[in-house]
Amino acid sequence: MAEHREFVWRRLHSLLGVIPIGIFLVQHLVVNHFAVYGEESFNAAAGVLESLPFLLALEIFVIYLPILFHAILGVYIAFTARNNTVKYSFFRNWLFYLQRITGVFTLIFIAWHVWETRVQIGLGNEELSFGLMENILSNPIMLWFYIVGVLAAVFHFSNGLWGFMVHWGFAQSPKSQKIVTYVTLAVFLVVSFIGIRALLAFV
Amino acid sequence: MAENQKTVTFIITRQDSPDSAPYKETFHVPYRRNMNIISGLMEIQKNPVNAKGENVSPVQWEMNCLEEVCGACSMVINGTARQSCSTLVDELEQPIHLAPMDTFPVVRDLVIDRSRMFDALKRIKAWIPIDGTYDLGPGPRMPEKKRQWAYELSKCMTCGVCLESCPNVNDKSDFIGPALLSLPRLYNAHPTGAMNKSERLNALMEDGGITGCGNSQNCVQVCPKGIPLTTSIAAMNRATNIQAFKNFFGSDNAH
Repeated sequence: MAEHREFVWRRLHSLLGVIPIGIFLVQHLVVNHFAVYGEESFNAAAGVLESLPFLLALEIFVIYLPILFHAILGVYIAFTARNNTVKYSFFRNWLFYLQRITGVFTLIFIAWHVWETRVQIGLGNEELSFGLMENILSNPIMLWFYIVGVLAAVFHFSNGLWGFMVHWGFAQSPKSQKIVTYVTLAVFLVVSFIGIRALLAFV
Repeated sequence: MAENQKTVTFIITRQDSPDSAPYKETFHVPYRRNMNIISGLMEIQKNPVNAKGENVSPVQWEMNCLEEVCGACSMVINGTARQSCSTLVDELEQPIHLAPMDTFPVVRDLVIDRSRMFDALKRIKAWIPIDGTYDLGPGPRMPEKKRQWAYELSKCMTCGVCLESCPNVNDKSDFIGPALLSLPRLYNAHPTGAMNKSERLNALMEDGGITGCGNSQNCVQVCPKGIPLTTSIAAMNRATNIQAFKNFFGSDNAH
């Protein structure tokens, strides 16, 4: 193992992006979608999550540590590329570049978002409720920041799912890679719709 | 008659030594029909006078086979990395810009040092070991269908065009490059080469190996030989993953 450290880390990076981070992202946006059905409905759903047993341990091992690992190695990966979309403006090369841009942007967005919500709730300054998000998103600048942040995260997840399929050797032939492209595009559109619709429900 | 007067303009990115700064120099070369880039460079070599009429040192480049099988004459022509032997002047917009593939260390003018690829060939064991102290006899036969398939992969001439186009091959990373991920697939597919399959896969799992691929897939678009590089890389992804599981969980060390 030791002599293949980079290999193991990079494969772990790819895996963690989907399990658990990708699954968590989808779950998070789906639960947010309760806001569309009204304030009470959202508060009830949030209440269920907040009352999960071993909540802090779940958060640390399923969310914080995987994201932290994925982010630190990801930033390193992003900054070791020499992007050349001007010279080689192929579709996949653009997605490669966007994957790195959205990765870095999503990290900034998540840091802000966690500080504003989870950390403030933890410090006892705020409580998890519809009102918290309603308050944050009443600022149009923050609303746009959140919209772009959600789109960046969902793009990074969807395109990362494509990368996962290739890095783990599931999709090899050009045809299968193309079909996975269409499937991940559908994932992007559907999950983005859920995410954005939930955001707009707070406005 | 007017054709005799016609010239071809080359704007060449030159560099006098590995450490000196690159600069551009323009040359006008008499036009002939069916010229390739190398014949233009040969004209400059015959008469090394730049567009300002100054005598300069002739432009240096590398060439060998002149039929796009050796890869030595690769350079960036009008922004695209390709072989200067098989690139025809008539098919290009003028002026023609020539530059070295600067992903590699530039030795002088258009001459680059491609030795990192040759070192990597050794690393990934890009050969089939058949030499011994006695005659091993004929090896297992290869099905014709498989041979034809493998022939496509064997067209790789380590020209370096895929490395030049790859965003992950640069001085910040130690990634060996797309061509070097595809070649183990060729040798592993060979019935005799398959006997050393795990050695090649383990070599691919070393730092700078297969994990350096970020799937920008430029390589497959630019490969002058049309090698299915990204298919090879995905296939090697699967093979190295399986090898990694065998290494960690397995007890059969003879794999």
